[in-house]
Amino acid sequence: MLQGWVIVATSFAYLGLLFAIAYYADRRADAGRSVIASPYIYSLSLGVYATAWTFYGSVGRAAADGVGFLPIYIGPTLMIALWWGVMRKIIRISKRNRITSLADFIASRYGKSALLGGLVTVIAVVGILPYISLQLKAVSSSFTILLQYPQVVVPATAGAMPVLQDTALGVALILAAFTIAFGTRHLDAAEHHEGMVAAIAFESLVKLLAFLAVGVFITYGIYDGFGDVFARAAAVPKLHAMMTPLEGVAGSYASWMWLTILSMTAIMFLPRQFQVAVIENVDEKHLNKAIWLFPLYMLAINVFVLPIAFGGVLHFPGGNVDADTFVLTLPMAEHQELLALLVFIGGLSAASGMVIVETIALSTMVCNDLLMPILLRLPWLKLNQRRDFTGLLLGIRRGAILMVLLLGYLYFRLAGEAYALVSIGLISFAAVAQFAPAVLGGIFWKSATRRGALWGLLAGFAVWFYTLLLPAIARSGWLPIGLLENGPAGMTLLNPQQLFGLTRLDDITHAMIWSMIANIGAFVIGSLSGAQSAEEHRQASLFVDVFKHGGEGGEARFWRGTASVPDLYNLLARFIGSVSAEAAIDDYAHSKGLQDPANPLQADAAFVHYIETQLAGAIGAASARVMVASVVKEEALTLEEVREILDEASQVVVYSHRLEQKSRELEAATTELRIANERLTELDRLKDDFISTVTHELRTPLTSIRAFSEILLDDPEIELAQRKKFLGIITKETARLSRLINQVLDLAKIESGAAEWQESSIDMKELITDTVAGMSQLVRDKGIELSVDLPERVPAVNADFDRIVQVLLNLLSNATKFCDRDHGEIRIGLTVQEASLRVGVCDNGPGISAEDHAAIFDKFRQGGDTLTAKPQGTGLGLHISRHIVERFGGRIWAESRPGQGACFYFTLPVAAAAVAAGAAT
Amino acid sequence: MDKFELKGQRLVALCMLGVLLFNYPMLAVFNVAATIFGVPVLYAYIFTVWSLLIAGMAYVVETKT
Amino acid sequence: MTKKILIADDEPNIVTALEFLLQRSGYEVLLASDGAAALQQVERHLPDLVLLDVMMSVKSGYEVCQRVRERADWQQIKIIMLSAKGREAEVNKGLSLGADHYVTKPFSNKDLVAKIDELLGVAAKPGET
Repeated sequence: MLQGWVIVATSFAYLGLLFAIAYYADRRADAGRSVIASPYIYSLSLGVYATAWTFYGSVGRAAADGVGFLPIYIGPTLMIALWWGVMRKIIRISKRNRITSLADFIASRYGKSALLGGLVTVIAVVGILPYISLQLKAVSSSFTILLQYPQVVVPATAGAMPVLQDTALGVALILAAFTIAFGTRHLDAAEHHEGMVAAIAFESLVKLLAFLAVGVFITYGIYDGFGDVFARAAAVPKLHAMMTPLEGVAGSYASWMWLTILSMTAIMFLPRQFQVAVIENVDEKHLNKAIWLFPLYMLAINVFVLPIAFGGVLHFPGGNVDADTFVLTLPMAEHQELLALLVFIGGLSAASGMVIVETIALSTMVCNDLLMPILLRLPWLKLNQRRDFTGLLLGIRRGAILMVLLLGYLYFRLAGEAYALVSIGLISFAAVAQFAPAVLGGIFWKSATRRGALWGLLAGFAVWFYTLLLPAIARSGWLPIGLLENGPAGMTLLNPQQLFGLTRLDDITHAMIWSMIANIGAFVIGSLSGAQSAEEHRQASLFVDVFKHGGEGGEARFWRGTASVPDLYNLLARFIGSVSAEAAIDDYAHSKGLQDPANPLQADAAFVHYIETQLAGAIGAASARVMVASVVKEEALTLEEVREILDEASQVVVYSHRLEQKSRELEAATTELRIANERLTELDRLKDDFISTVTHELRTPLTSIRAFSEILLDDPEIELAQRKKFLGIITKETARLSRLINQVLDLAKIESGAAEWQESSIDMKELITDTVAGMSQLVRDKGIELSVDLPERVPAVNADFDRIVQVLLNLLSNATKFCDRDHGEIRIGLTVQEASLRVGVCDNGPGISAEDHAAIFDKFRQGGDTLTAKPQGTGLGLHISRHIVERFGGRIWAESRPGQGACFYFTLPVAAAAVAAGAAT
Repeated sequence: MDKFELKGQRLVALCMLGVLLFNYPMLAVFNVAATIFGVPVLYAYIFTVWSLLIAGMAYVVETKT
Repeated sequence: MTKKILIADDEPNIVTALEFLLQRSGYEVLLASDGAAALQQVERHLPDLVLLDVMMSVKSGYEVCQRVRERADWQQIKIIMLSAKGREAEVNKGLSLGADHYVTKPFSNKDLVAKIDELLGVAAKPGET
């Protein structure tokens, strides 16, 4: 018979052994010969994932629904494959920024936000309480059961017991004392607990061996191997149905999937997992082995779960023994005294391992991210002037450990009895899953903001609280159970377990769906709805680009200010003690090669950053920032400056990007230059052509003039009639010459903007009548029929009278030149349009081909091929006309088809006054 | 692509494979009331795939490509 | 036998002047006012020399010159190009197309007639050396 004292003594002996291991490991670490610098120890320490839940609860879950317990271990197996990239990044970031906890990590990522750190701490503590209560429940009930050996008696519910006789309270207090002794013996700036890690790795071995031992005993001792257990189970209808347990229930596959996802987040974000995987990691390379060793560990500890569960159900057919206790009660029923004791010790190690690491992690958070930021901000505490903080810090942490365990006990008393072990644990899993968006978003999405993280965490936590924690409390009788049946105040849509009518899912899946929607939605919306502060921007860059920013002290680039070495030393000494502070500063000087007294340490950006990270290790990033700010005069960097620094420092990528851009700019400039050059060449060619054309136009009349002058000069005997004819030609050609010269000068004046314009109100009717009168004799001489069509009333236009006459004359003389030789006809028309007058001059000549309609208004251009066409006239008239008409806001164009005559039109806008008058009438 | 990155991508691929194999409809395929070597098919399937995944991860991590 | 000269130019006043000048110098004068007409005249009358304006409608002087030089039986025809465009490139183009001489407008009557005489192998008239 197992005496109570034997069990207690064995338990204390085991805890003592753990303590010895931890003490030894700490001594070795101090001596610089760490025992935990091994990937195997690291992998085993990750085994802290397997708690009393695994040890006792998995069997309970398996007895209830077969494979339903497995997603909790398959999820981490899948997740750990991603650790190669994800966890490595988190570890790198944490080491570089001296992160001390999950809360510190999130706070640090989002601009060292104390508010966020506090919120994460609260969520973690509240979320983990059920989980801790689970361990207390497991240890106390297994102890109670074992006390009854060899009888298998279901223990009375804890709630019915007076507090002082409740073993759970004793367990809580013992574990608190043990954890305090373990985790807070001294203060380490890096938050490394080498002794604890060694002890945890040992515990992982113990619980695995204990579980395998009982598994082998039941499978091969009581039964005849796996096949025998399953064959016998198949004969029991209840167990037979469990062979295909995923059948029938609509939510089963969904539950399976969500449990997998849930445990994928749990393996990363449970405070104790973050502690052992990230904070206690001493070498990134240890990850490699852990990636397959840790899943192997989980596989091994689960192999015998089903045989034990089925064996238990077969062995206790009455169903009066809780399946959560089969691991213990089966050896007891078989009178295996030592095995039962080993199982108890295995369960104790599973529970104590979890409790130790979890409470240390939580106490660090409570101290660094919740209490210190508040205390440091309370002026009446005068903490800023305190000489030595080490005692205070240790005190806070010890208090936090005790508090967390007592709260866990409280939860156990309040709600612990209503649920099986696994269900209690899952509530905690769902709570820590809320950290996933903020952490994963934070390391991969640079635009994630403090606001987004805050909103997401609050929303997710609120939904978790409402859909999981509240029902748990209600179910324990502390709230009206009607809440779960009809919703609050009868609002069924708000039923915590069937929110918005989402039914047919188990509690956890239901809560996960809603909380993830709320969390991720709020996180994304919050992040996109506002800008980051300079501090956030900087931290975002340090986290997301941790693999890009080379080397240590990445943050120092962002610091600008003045400080003194003694000030910083004193600050550090106040928090971690003068010996440690001196050692830390010596380390720094050594690493920089600055031990030479002639070359003293400078309180530069790198040094201030070093001090801040040392402090952050002791009191968290947010508090460290406040403390450092109190002794250095820091000039705040503006967001622009941070951006600038980032721009400069995003190193090769940005640099090459810039080079690329420069070369693109250069290319663009070259293209521009080339275009400009082409334009210049073109202009040069145009000028050349112009001169050449003008020369040609000048030379043609000159040729006639010279030829005839020489003829007349050389040959005095020419007949009079001929002489007269020749002199007539000379006169005409001279006039042509002067006209040309005048037009060239006129054009030059107009084009250079030097022309004087005499603007006045013009009556177009009068202008046309006068001009036609002047031309009519000439036209009639050529036998051309001229018709003029004018409307009765015409509004006035503003223009230069003489210039418009010039335009009209030009069009008329063109028409005269080109109209039909024998039956020439010219029609002049004036049309009143909406806001302008249109003058048209039409002939019945050969017409102009469509492609020339625009070109004829260019300099020296006339219809047809420039090379073969002989200009009739100077070739400048239409060009000048266009300048004039456009000068007064009008337009000039030709309408014609070859063989059908040509019409030239120009418009002039009606004077504003005239428009107003017209509108008024 | 360097060796390090290649390993990372292979592990991601293994993770994807695991997600597929440990989900509907693959689970439904093996969710039948039969036994193989005396073990229910679904349990055998899950533990086999699980073991193979771990072996795959060990292979990817430990080989010196 | 009187030598025949074709004047091809579309500027009527210049044609008048040249016609008078050459007739007085004892040549038979043919006229054409565009490039196509010029080629017809060459075909029909086979002149000894063509005074060819470059800027003419239908066919340019360059083109006429080229056509003339393409015909083996027209190789003996002398060609003088007349142009108001006197840039070097244009002169060279005319000469490369087979013109015997290139005269820039305005020209000296004496020089032009002297060049024609020289090309046609007519001895300088007495008193005009």
